[in-house]
Amino acid sequence: MLVIEGLHASIGDTEILSGLSLEVAAGEVHAVMGPNGSGKSTLAHVLAGRDPYRVTAGRVLYDGADLLAMTPEERAAAGVFLAFQHPIEIPGVANMYFLRTALNALRRARGLDEIGPVEFLKLADEKCRLVEMDRSLMDRSVNDGFSGGEKKRNEILQMLVLEPRLAILDETDSGLDIDALRVVAKGVTSLRSPGTAVVLITHHQRLLDHVVPDRVHVLAGGRIVRSGGPELAAELEAHGYADLEAMPAAGLSALIGPRR
Amino acid sequence: MSTTRSDLAELAGREYAYGFVSDIATDLAPKGLNEEVIRLISAKKDEPDWLVDWRLRAYRHWRTLSEPTWQNVAYGPIDYDEIIYYAAPKAKVAPGSLEEVDPELRAMFDKLGISLAEQERLSGVAVDAVVDSVSVATTFQARLAEAGVIFSSFSDAVRNHPDLVRAHLGSVVPYKDNFFAALNSAVFTDGSFCYVPAGVHCPMELSTYFRINSAGTGQFERTLIIAEAGAEVSYLEGCTAPMRDDNQLHAAVVELVAMDDARIKYSTVQNWYPGDADGRGGIYNFVTKRGRCAGARSKISWTQVETGSAITWKYPGVVLQGDDSVGEFYSVALSAAHQQADTGTKMIHIGKNTTSTIVSKAISAGHGQNTYRGLVKMLRSAEGARNHTRCDSLLIGPECGAHTFPYVEVKHSSAQVEHEATTSKVSDDQLFYARQRGIGEEEATSMIVNGFCREVFRKLPMEFAVEAQRLLSVSLEGAVG
Repeated sequence: MLVIEGLHASIGDTEILSGLSLEVAAGEVHAVMGPNGSGKSTLAHVLAGRDPYRVTAGRVLYDGADLLAMTPEERAAAGVFLAFQHPIEIPGVANMYFLRTALNALRRARGLDEIGPVEFLKLADEKCRLVEMDRSLMDRSVNDGFSGGEKKRNEILQMLVLEPRLAILDETDSGLDIDALRVVAKGVTSLRSPGTAVVLITHHQRLLDHVVPDRVHVLAGGRIVRSGGPELAAELEAHGYADLEAMPAAGLSALIGPRR
Repeated sequence: MSTTRSDLAELAGREYAYGFVSDIATDLAPKGLNEEVIRLISAKKDEPDWLVDWRLRAYRHWRTLSEPTWQNVAYGPIDYDEIIYYAAPKAKVAPGSLEEVDPELRAMFDKLGISLAEQERLSGVAVDAVVDSVSVATTFQARLAEAGVIFSSFSDAVRNHPDLVRAHLGSVVPYKDNFFAALNSAVFTDGSFCYVPAGVHCPMELSTYFRINSAGTGQFERTLIIAEAGAEVSYLEGCTAPMRDDNQLHAAVVELVAMDDARIKYSTVQNWYPGDADGRGGIYNFVTKRGRCAGARSKISWTQVETGSAITWKYPGVVLQGDDSVGEFYSVALSAAHQQADTGTKMIHIGKNTTSTIVSKAISAGHGQNTYRGLVKMLRSAEGARNHTRCDSLLIGPECGAHTFPYVEVKHSSAQVEHEATTSKVSDDQLFYARQRGIGEEEATSMIVNGFCREVFRKLPMEFAVEAQRLLSVSLEGAVG
């Protein structure tokens, strides 16, 4: 479903991704792990089409199409969803309205009928229960004054309502208490299906206690330096990133820095 | 990846939907202004002597004034001798009912989405329609009369209720108030008049629809609303004009009077022609609006949505005379393309425990320049007076500007004044977030801007809130950049 080949990306004059390659098939959950500064968030933003990142080489195919040639909203319509590490606040725009507008924009782009307010309310209520989110947050402005945990639940709620085919979660687990972490895991699990792929970008192993990935990749120095099965995550947990072989020398000092 | 700037620049040539000219036979006064023209206007309207005298006094005073220059807007000199001060659709006979209104005129209002007959039948909103200088139709007369409410054109009011007009005309905005108020007092040709007797709650929304049609004319209408003790009325005005390359002057005066416990809510959706993408043409909207809370516990509330005009320059204010009276001002002002707005309010606290609230939302896009200018004045007598002001500015794109000039004068030690102000941009982060969820760039911008204005839109009557949102979206088309 997703094929990344030799991707190089920069911000300003600084190259952050340096020949990253990765393949994710439909039905799979992949974890991309790595220390701070290794390029994890850049990967997420490049896949979603965030502006200041410049792709200098390589390509990304999504269902065989050139993902990098599409606008952010076209990618969304094609089924790409990014759960933000730092969800954005939009004052004055009700969460419910925002989500319904998004769903209907996607439905229009896919040639489907729009969903009316009443029907949408039912859908939102159901998904709210699933992510154990306080229903009153739907009537507040998007992420405005939400706690960190509420923002992350809101991202998972959006993901479940919009039903993406490729979901990328950018450190959604960071800074969460155990209950919220469980909700994120529940969300990912309920999305898991033969037609859906999930990329979990994470700094820690603890989300992977709840969601067992099919593949685990280690990102360091802007490249995937090692890939393996779920056991790789356990190995990283036991020995840390510093124990890895085939690490680029330049990345070493960053890798052995303090872990959060 | 995203739309390029040149595409956006192209889109910025936004469409103005009301720019057509209707071919209506029109009665025009000769160009320019002198005592003869004023006597002519007065004669055409068959006015009593006291009114002619009042006009002439205003004119003579106006001659002593010079045009103000303190405002934060830029425009070329106005040649007052090139303006036509009286233009009226030629009616064969004065219409006695809607059916008698000139079909061309009715067609024009249909085209504007204001079918007078429909309005009368369906919406329950009484409409007064003013074209160029005169009122052409006032709907719902009978039902209003039953309730004792007088709602008519200003000219009719002068004829039918001269004592009421004479008692209140200029009582809130005297002709000496300012340059444009003096000009208006000398040459005003029509407008709306509303009188709500004591204890009566006006049974429906009142609305006046202003339309400038003729070229080279100025529009100088005058609105007077009086709410007696315990009366309540909600009034809305809407404005459009054809697209022309010349600038046209609109200098109106609105006066509101609220007695004990009376409430007046005055809403404006202003969509005069803003000029083209290069800043050519458009209306100069130089208007004086003021309400007087004459009675105790009275309340006057201004809500304005200003999306049109090349230049908007006005400060709807409230003089809080009665003890415990309340003044409110809620404003959304948009300056896109080359529009300029210098707008805000004046709250003059005289009575004890008077309170005022100001919420101003200014949006600048394209090359637009938006200035909030507000005065909060608490006199020595205003014991326990309170004001809360909130001024938010939103910038869209790199070439626009937002400016805030709050003036505060407090003469009583117990008075409380609060002022909050913010300036923000429609951030790339917000846009990207919405687009990642599938919402296109323009829809996302419109959503964010509407969110910014929500506090004000909530104050508008329901059907007009929808209209205001739509208008804002149209006005913002192509403003993203």
